[in-house]
Amino acid sequence: MPPPTPAAAPHHRQLSAPALRDPAWLPRVAWTLAALALLWPMGVLTEFRPWVLLEPGALQPAIDFVGAFFPPRTDADFLRLLLRETWRTVAMATAGLALALLLAVPLALLSVRVLSLSGLAGRMAVGPAVLRQGVRWLLLVLRSVPELVWALVFVRVVGLGPTSGVLAIALTYSGMLGKVYADILESSDTHAAHSLMRNGTGRLQAFFYGLLPQSGAELTSYTVYRWECAIRSSAVLGFVGAGGLGQLTDSSMKMFNGAEVASILLVFVLLVWLADRLSAALRKDLA
Amino acid sequence: MKGRTLPPRTPQNAYPLPPRTGGLGCKACWLTLGALALVVASFASLNLQWAQLGSWDALQRMGRFVGELLHPVTTPALLHKVLQATLETLAMSALGTLLAALLGLALALPAARTHAQDPARWRGATRLLLNALRSTPELVWAALLLIVVGLGPFAGTLALGAHTAGVLGRLFAESLENAAPGPAFALRVRGVGELRVFLLATLPQVLPQLLSYTLYRWENNIRAAAVLGVVGAGGLGQMLAFHMGLFQMGETSTVLLAMVALVALVDALSYGLRKALA
Repeated sequence: MPPPTPAAAPHHRQLSAPALRDPAWLPRVAWTLAALALLWPMGVLTEFRPWVLLEPGALQPAIDFVGAFFPPRTDADFLRLLLRETWRTVAMATAGLALALLLAVPLALLSVRVLSLSGLAGRMAVGPAVLRQGVRWLLLVLRSVPELVWALVFVRVVGLGPTSGVLAIALTYSGMLGKVYADILESSDTHAAHSLMRNGTGRLQAFFYGLLPQSGAELTSYTVYRWECAIRSSAVLGFVGAGGLGQLTDSSMKMFNGAEVASILLVFVLLVWLADRLSAALRKDLA
Repeated sequence: MKGRTLPPRTPQNAYPLPPRTGGLGCKACWLTLGALALVVASFASLNLQWAQLGSWDALQRMGRFVGELLHPVTTPALLHKVLQATLETLAMSALGTLLAALLGLALALPAARTHAQDPARWRGATRLLLNALRSTPELVWAALLLIVVGLGPFAGTLALGAHTAGVLGRLFAESLENAAPGPAFALRVRGVGELRVFLLATLPQVLPQLLSYTLYRWENNIRAAAVLGVVGAGGLGQMLAFHMGLFQMGETSTVLLAMVALVALVDALSYGLRKALA
């Protein structure tokens, strides 16, 4: 350090004294102001008016509704209905996932670059490369449309009931499963599959003997996880008329029957918890 | 599979075979059988209307439906409304996530046991509350909140906030518990109060993680906000349900396209960001 010159002395004194003010106060204030300026239009767009909650009488219907939650409705008739709808929710998820697998497995196999014969020699030929990219885009479109929207569309075509829910889950989940299956297969060790293909086996044989043994557990684990997600979404699909717990919730809510809503919510939470536990146990087994 | 090791090599048995699969002890076979039984039972009990779906009438209806969907309406008035609804969806998701992050942090503090002497009296109760918030889906929250605040995006924002607060609160509590205890301990043994320990020692450590959880949930919430409207909670979903209810397929198709574009854009952005950060 150079010796302090008279001109630098005040600066030096300031450095040795502890900073009494936040040295970064200017950027902090500026960022806070910028965030507030951004929040304002968002509040306007979302009609964010919490004070309507405080108006006299605004909360009364809600309090009445939630007050009716206790005790939940537990007579035998309703419980039987609830059990049937719960099974329907699970069945919709399972059937939808089974159909999704039928679509996802061929699409995933079509889009895996590892299983390309022309790709063995270097660059893939134009035809197969275009096919694979096309299948990838198809998978992207399938999973970009939320299942609730698919369900809305199918309810128009096939009418109310579980068919539209099953089809909605099948389409969205085939997109998700196909993409992730392809990613898992491509990230596995390709040496065995390539050796098999170089020695003249078919692509399907290379898949079954070279790729599947490595990543079978991971693929199954992901499928089980998606089954759990499918149960959650099939419970919600009923809101647009696809049957199951969601439809029951919707109709009970429209009749302001708090006791029924409470029972359904309890069953729903229990179902999600059970599916979560089961899938966690299965996946731990597979790992 | 786990737990299948080769038997030891002995002079009599130089190349031992692995134990046989199959038989009654085969867990994977039983699981496969169980899964198959579940699938068969599901299809059998749902009485799906395949005949109706495959009938000429339904195919015709589907064809007409798809044909109408292929002609999106692009009048400036509708496009302006769609843009407005898209912005509304984005604002709902952003504000909902912000509310969720604040509420989640407020709930994560009592839900975390940060050091060994921490009595954490409210841990069980707060965790139960977080689980309840989390396991009720956004759509059910929206339907419940519509009763309280009426139709419109405010209900959707609150619904996203409620569900996401449950998710974030649990994640936040876990990262608070996993933060390195050293700095907080150093302050605590000198008699610094709990609030200042949190602000000066724990929060700076976990803040990047909390931010990345919040951003990840924001991405999810944009997708959720797009569909929340079908129960009347504002945004693109509400427009979709409205036009579809009136069978205005051209308008429906425009809204659907906007929705898919929004979701694909968010996916591409987050993919790009993650690739850039990795």
